[in-house]
Amino acid sequence: MSRELKFVEALQEAQDLCLERDPSVYVMGLGVSDGAAMFGSTKGLVEKYGPKRILDMPVSENAMTGVALGSALTGMRPIMVHLRLEFAMLAMDQIVNQAAKWHYMFGGQASVPMVIRMVVGRGWGQGAQHSQSLHSWFAHVPGLKVVLPATAYDAKGLLISAIEDNNPVIFIEHRWLYNMTDKVPKGMYRVPLGKSNVLLKGNDVTIAASSYATIEALNAAKELEKEGISIEIIDIRTINPLDEEPLLESVKKTGRLIVADIGWKHAGFAGEIVSRVVEKVYQYLKEPPIRITLPDVPTPTTRALSNFYYPLPSDIVSAVKKLLGKAAESKPDIKPEDFLDVPYLEFRGPF
Amino acid sequence: MLEYKKEISLVLLRDTLRIRMIESRLAELYAEYEMRCPTHFSLGQEAVAVGVCHHLKKQELITSAHRSHAHYLAKGGSLKKMVAELYGKKTGCATGKGGSMHLIDLDAGFLGAVPIVGSTIPIGVGASFSAYLQGENKLSVIFFGDAATETGAFYESLNFAAIHKLPVVMICENNLYSVMSPLSVRRPEGIKLSNIPQGFGVQSFHADGSDLEEIYQTAGQAIEYARSGKGPVFVEYINYRWLEHCGPLSDTHLGFRTEEDVINGKKKDPVRNYKDKLLKAGILTDSEFSKWEKEIAEEIQEAISFAKESPFPEKEQLLEHLFAA
Ligand SMILES: Cc1ncc(C[n+]2csc(CCOP(=O)(O)OP(=O)(O)O)c2C)c(N)n1
Repeated sequence: MSRELKFVEALQEAQDLCLERDPSVYVMGLGVSDGAAMFGSTKGLVEKYGPKRILDMPVSENAMTGVALGSALTGMRPIMVHLRLEFAMLAMDQIVNQAAKWHYMFGGQASVPMVIRMVVGRGWGQGAQHSQSLHSWFAHVPGLKVVLPATAYDAKGLLISAIEDNNPVIFIEHRWLYNMTDKVPKGMYRVPLGKSNVLLKGNDVTIAASSYATIEALNAAKELEKEGISIEIIDIRTINPLDEEPLLESVKKTGRLIVADIGWKHAGFAGEIVSRVVEKVYQYLKEPPIRITLPDVPTPTTRALSNFYYPLPSDIVSAVKKLLGKAAESKPDIKPEDFLDVPYLEFRGPF
Repeated sequence: MLEYKKEISLVLLRDTLRIRMIESRLAELYAEYEMRCPTHFSLGQEAVAVGVCHHLKKQELITSAHRSHAHYLAKGGSLKKMVAELYGKKTGCATGKGGSMHLIDLDAGFLGAVPIVGSTIPIGVGASFSAYLQGENKLSVIFFGDAATETGAFYESLNFAAIHKLPVVMICENNLYSVMSPLSVRRPEGIKLSNIPQGFGVQSFHADGSDLEEIYQTAGQAIEYARSGKGPVFVEYINYRWLEHCGPLSDTHLGFRTEEDVINGKKKDPVRNYKDKLLKAGILTDSEFSKWEKEIAEEIQEAISFAKESPFPEKEQLLEHLFAA
């Protein structure tokens, strides 16, 4: 049975189902049980499971991540939640030095079934410290699984898989996805970690993307379809481990690759995708691949600059045309005062 | 009563009123959706900033966190540049790149404010450590909220500052909440924050953060202590946040505190209470107070016009300032 659910509701439902089934699952994070409930993603959980399993905590991210890890080593399945990805950075020792390593470092005797949910902020002047997409960082560390859902269906199925996985999973949620809806079945279902998804079938150009960039790619593809250009979208829902097969198959077919990423360009995830394609199916490429990413500067707060910081679907459209040797259309006339800092005009937060 | 210095009482009150009026006006204007950045208003918490900063010299540095407007203004930060920053303008104190959560005014000795809880505590210690390395004694004052005392950085900084007897004054404004989380989920019962530093051999004070005189006097003692080379000091001020954690609205619908709680909290209004006290003592007259209100309103209007009329930064500035030359 399917119904339309918001991305945020799908996240909530995934946690609810896992909490219900498995008493070792618990949720911890700043504000998980408050009236705003992590933008709604933990709504109703404290009422149902109590403050012991839906645990608010001191502003002590580093230690609390260690506590979560220690509990994961000894029978629990913590879900740690951060309202902004940046807050998890205070816990980099526990995440990178510890959680990522304990299974390997102790010869497979220990395992860390732990999920760390992190929200990537965007818009309304989130600025340099409330907007970073550092999935490439986490993906660089062997031992961490890194998941970035783009649809509500995947959000639920991937989160359930992440909670049931016996490894530390970094689960990255873009804030602008939260209100987007999708058909989401009731009850338990799993979307496997480490599987890319052919979200849209097409023949002319392959776009590899994840998280919110996948949605932008879909929007671009819709535009291009009107002109008879057919796009194939590979949604890289898990960036570590990376399932490259659908990507390589697609490029073999189209010969043209665009990678759209929500992160920075230098030493980033988009570069990794291009490398894989070049290493493995170089001979099929008709044109050099194009990366559409953030420019390599911190996020500016004023919309007068952030309007030019975030790529738009029209940038993807132009890149596609370039790869196809078609006349690039004139760039949209973006003004500093335009309200590109909201997912849709009526949106008033919370951010 | 600061009998010995009536003019100080008047300045303290006027400066607090000024911040109150600025914050109230900005909170009103926020509803126009032109100030497009997360904004943590200082309403209700203006007095600590004023009482502390009144002791400081211009070159003595302060740092703050996400809720920094009052600290910035009390230290003498430019109002025009602050308002322009909130409007995302090129003339803002951070050229628009920062917004409300990232204020700076080096001319006023405001080293910077950032919203990652706890992170400016060691940075503030470092500002004093640089002077120590150069054989000088330079005061550094660090403003933060109660939640920052839950971070490791706080303890590590306290320890380091104590080892080297750095002249650091840590001002902790305990407004009882971290966003919506009460102290009870963040602290063992019965713990007084001002007792914590004693374990590090650090002197500490505890005072009412709504009473301008008490704030001023405690801060004076704390700052004297640090300046005299005896080491860091910690002051806990109890105060109360009037608005929602972030933004210009009320938050009582969210269930963690009631309308009545807020009404009670507002009874400790630092402006009204001190005004009444000074009126009663015959130090202040109603007409003097009204004159201030008028002057301040004009100053605010000027700053707002300046901000609104200022240009946005140019597109080219996006890539500027990545590395220092
Ligand atoms: C390291 C970190 N964790 C979480 C947050 C989210 N956050 C922003 S402000 C805040 C509460 C801060 O409370 P307090 O320090 O007491 O200051 P107040 O807001 O009460 O003035 C939290 C948890 C953050 N900014 N940084």
